[in-house]
Amino acid sequence: MNFDLSDEQRLLGDTIDRLIERDYSFEQRGACLQEAGGWSRRFWGLLAEQGFLALPFDAAHGGLGYGPVETMLVMEALGRGLVVEPYLSTVVVAGSVLRTAAPDAVLDTLVPAIASGERVLTLAAFEKQARYDLAAVATTARADGDGFVLDGRKILVPHGDSADTIIIAAREAGGPRDRDGISLFLVDADAAGLTRHGYRTQDGVPAADLTLEQVRVGSGALLGEQGRGLPALELARDHAIAALAAEAVGAMQATLDMTVDYLGQRRQFGGPIGRFQALQHRAAEMLIEVEQARSMAILGALTVAEREGEARSRELLAVKHRIGRSGRLVGELAVQLHGGIGVSAEYAVGHYLRRLAMIDLSFGDSEHCLEALAA
Amino acid sequence: MELRFSEEENAFRREVRSFFEDHLPARIHARLLEHRSLAREDIVTWQRTLNARGWATPSWPTEWGGPGWTPVQRYLFLDELHQFPAPEPLSFNVSMIGPVIGTFGTDEQKARFLARIANIDDWWCQGFSEPGAGSDLAALSTTAVRDGDHYIVNGTKMWQGMGHRADWMFALVRTDPTAEKKQAGISFLLIDMRTPGVTVQPIVTIDGRHEVNSVFLDDVRVPVANRVHEENRGWDVAKFLLGNERTGIARIGMSKHLLRRARAIAAEVPLRDATLAEDPAFRRRCAEIEAELRALEVTQLRVLASQQAHSDKPDPRSSILKVRGVELRQAAAELMMRAAGPLAAVAEDEFAEPQPADEAGAGTPWAGTVSPVYFNLRAASIYGGSTEVQKNIIAQTVLGLPRA
Repeated sequence: MNFDLSDEQRLLGDTIDRLIERDYSFEQRGACLQEAGGWSRRFWGLLAEQGFLALPFDAAHGGLGYGPVETMLVMEALGRGLVVEPYLSTVVVAGSVLRTAAPDAVLDTLVPAIASGERVLTLAAFEKQARYDLAAVATTARADGDGFVLDGRKILVPHGDSADTIIIAAREAGGPRDRDGISLFLVDADAAGLTRHGYRTQDGVPAADLTLEQVRVGSGALLGEQGRGLPALELARDHAIAALAAEAVGAMQATLDMTVDYLGQRRQFGGPIGRFQALQHRAAEMLIEVEQARSMAILGALTVAEREGEARSRELLAVKHRIGRSGRLVGELAVQLHGGIGVSAEYAVGHYLRRLAMIDLSFGDSEHCLEALAA
Repeated sequence: MELRFSEEENAFRREVRSFFEDHLPARIHARLLEHRSLAREDIVTWQRTLNARGWATPSWPTEWGGPGWTPVQRYLFLDELHQFPAPEPLSFNVSMIGPVIGTFGTDEQKARFLARIANIDDWWCQGFSEPGAGSDLAALSTTAVRDGDHYIVNGTKMWQGMGHRADWMFALVRTDPTAEKKQAGISFLLIDMRTPGVTVQPIVTIDGRHEVNSVFLDDVRVPVANRVHEENRGWDVAKFLLGNERTGIARIGMSKHLLRRARAIAAEVPLRDATLAEDPAFRRRCAEIEAELRALEVTQLRVLASQQAHSDKPDPRSSILKVRGVELRQAAAELMMRAAGPLAAVAEDEFAEPQPADEAGAGTPWAGTVSPVYFNLRAASIYGGSTEVQKNIIAQTVLGLPRA
């Protein structure tokens, strides 16, 4: 057993921490949200420059060959910064699908384009009737000549309005929730027949609904084996959960730090409010949650790398369940202990609650995961 | 002991409900059913409709132009209103400044303001909190210095609900900075928002809405005639105001409406071979909140009955209603968000008109209206005496435990 980071990992963590500190203060983040598409190409460029966009890809294709522990370090820092840029969509989620299912030739082109920041990717996994069920794919793929024709609707695609390439899950065979019959396709955002309706989610992150009407793709667009796309989607979800857990820990630790600071600074009734035991106990509860969540983020990172199939997914359901609960509790307590200023959008603490609540709703909320575990 | 309402009281409830059915414009009702924000005109129009019926000021006695209802009638009216739901009479006017002027105001002040308050000819906001005076309200530092028959007011007020829509603000100001007890040097002033030196700045909250504001007061001249009650006795007025409106504080009707909406959303969510509304875990959580709402309803009626018997004296047990009432609204809002699941992630402008399904975020017209309720209600355990302050009241005033 060993929970220590290697020197190389520590260096990586310090580098991303410094980048967030220097280039992603709460004020700088506000400016990023105002840029075209709702996020900053400049900050994306900085992530590319320092190698973070190449992190999980094989060196053979132009990546750095790091694993989930390194991703955890990066995501924790992004959580602290409330970063809205498409790291999770492009590098973690689409990255996982590509590593599992893309042929070498595709990786040779896409990995350098991702690593340089030139191309943004996302996964369109969910449909309205699906809730959190990756197998509930109603979008259809029909073989046509030497390619396929795709039809259907996808919702809440993170960064779907500015992604250059979108991975679409579509059904070629089987009933609405069958595990078999789902294929994955790489679709260019400007493909004829693809329309995108962009909006923001509650945490400021841009998202889009996609409508596919007779979208034609070539045979080269197929990722992995025909009709066998679900395991790749499930692995991508598990990578997403591990990464979101780390992001949530970063956000929770930041809210705890802000809250402890505030309890010491804010004076009411003749002294700092942090001297009241009732408030000290709530801060203590926050710390307990943060440490439990940190343990879950570590468990998630180590599990996603080392275990497979059902055993892996069950462990990550437990991670996501706990992270959802802890995140909300810590965010809610932080707002409560800040009082009025906690609900003001001019102050960061409420934005952490918003992000933590949205993390809960991504890839399975805490109740959904609990039920899946109990089933 | 008798838990049932009388025949007359039940008839009154039905009368209230049928008035709402007949008179609340369908568009306003539809917006409230989905927890959407209302424009100023919508609130004013509705208040005037109520006022024409004599119902705009549920807590006012007849001598102020109110309906002279019993506490039980007030409760029934608000419970019906929250469940329907219809817009609440503007609380700053009806529950706050109206009773203050009715109780402490001069005859001139009553004649000048009361009828206009009831009809929202003047929209009022509250000027109590300051950057340095939140839970510790008596620490306020806005000053009012006498200059002939005016006060010159300087300072910053915060969290003015609907301050951007207000014509007037009632404010606590410090008139005697030398007073030994900080509560002793405070006065209660009525400030016309159009006076030079008054600046309103919006504060957007974490639900993405603009409800509250900061109000900056820079050499604002306020006539001495606009002071309510004696100079340096403003704290009495503030205590009266804060302890006054407890009748509907548990907001049980709001929780019921939230649960109804949570169920309606759940009925749209496919789950296995049925819908989420039939899911045992979801139903169990609904039942759990409902059981506790029943308890709170009876607690509320017990407090009401004792108020009815003791001539409306504020009851420190009202703190129970505030604490648990907020917790249950928060729980119901969270359940509604869980029912919506990923669809609750969608954000939209608070005044947006509902979009058809194929143009709405996530293909769901109500998607953007769910999370703001959850975020908005995080503030409910902070404003109007935070949960921590209410528990101090319970510990010290009800239980008689020593102060720290």
